Amino acid sequence: MWFQVLVHELTEKCWDKCMDRPSTRLESRTEGCITNCVQRFIDSTNFVANRLQKVAGQH
Amino acid sequence: MDSMRSEGLSSSQREDLMDQVKQQIVIANTQELLTKMGEKCFSKCITKPGSSLDSSEQKCLAMCMDRYMDCWNLVSRTYTSRLQREKNFQ
Repeated sequence: MWFQVLVHELTEKCWDKCMDRPSTRLESRTEGCITNCVQRFIDSTNFVANRLQKVAGQH
Repeated sequence: MDSMRSEGLSSSQREDLMDQVKQQIVIANTQELLTKMGEKCFSKCITKPGSSLDSSEQKCLAMCMDRYMDCWNLVSRTYTSRLQREKNFQ
């Protein structure tokens, strides 16, 4: 279930970041942007979690 | 359902309940997709609202919906394979 929730969230965010004018197909530049968007989102999530853990450990 | 308040659910009642919950999730999921798609495509396609939806606006909306679905599918595939990759490294 959470998978679905996250896919919805990511679709919305990545659409906003990557989509210019909708055309008759998903252009390869847009596809690349969306793929990067998903990967960088996961990287960011991991980064935030790891750093927070580190920072929390110092206090 | 009185039996829900007493000892708990029988396994068939539990199964029915789970099916209902799953169905609710599918419905909520579809609703979410519909809402988001509507919002995004309205933003992209209706720039100067007229007294009706003209044919170019309708064409834009249809195309936008298809592209939004493409986006959803791509996100789903990318996310799935990334999850799989992370799992394989653990």
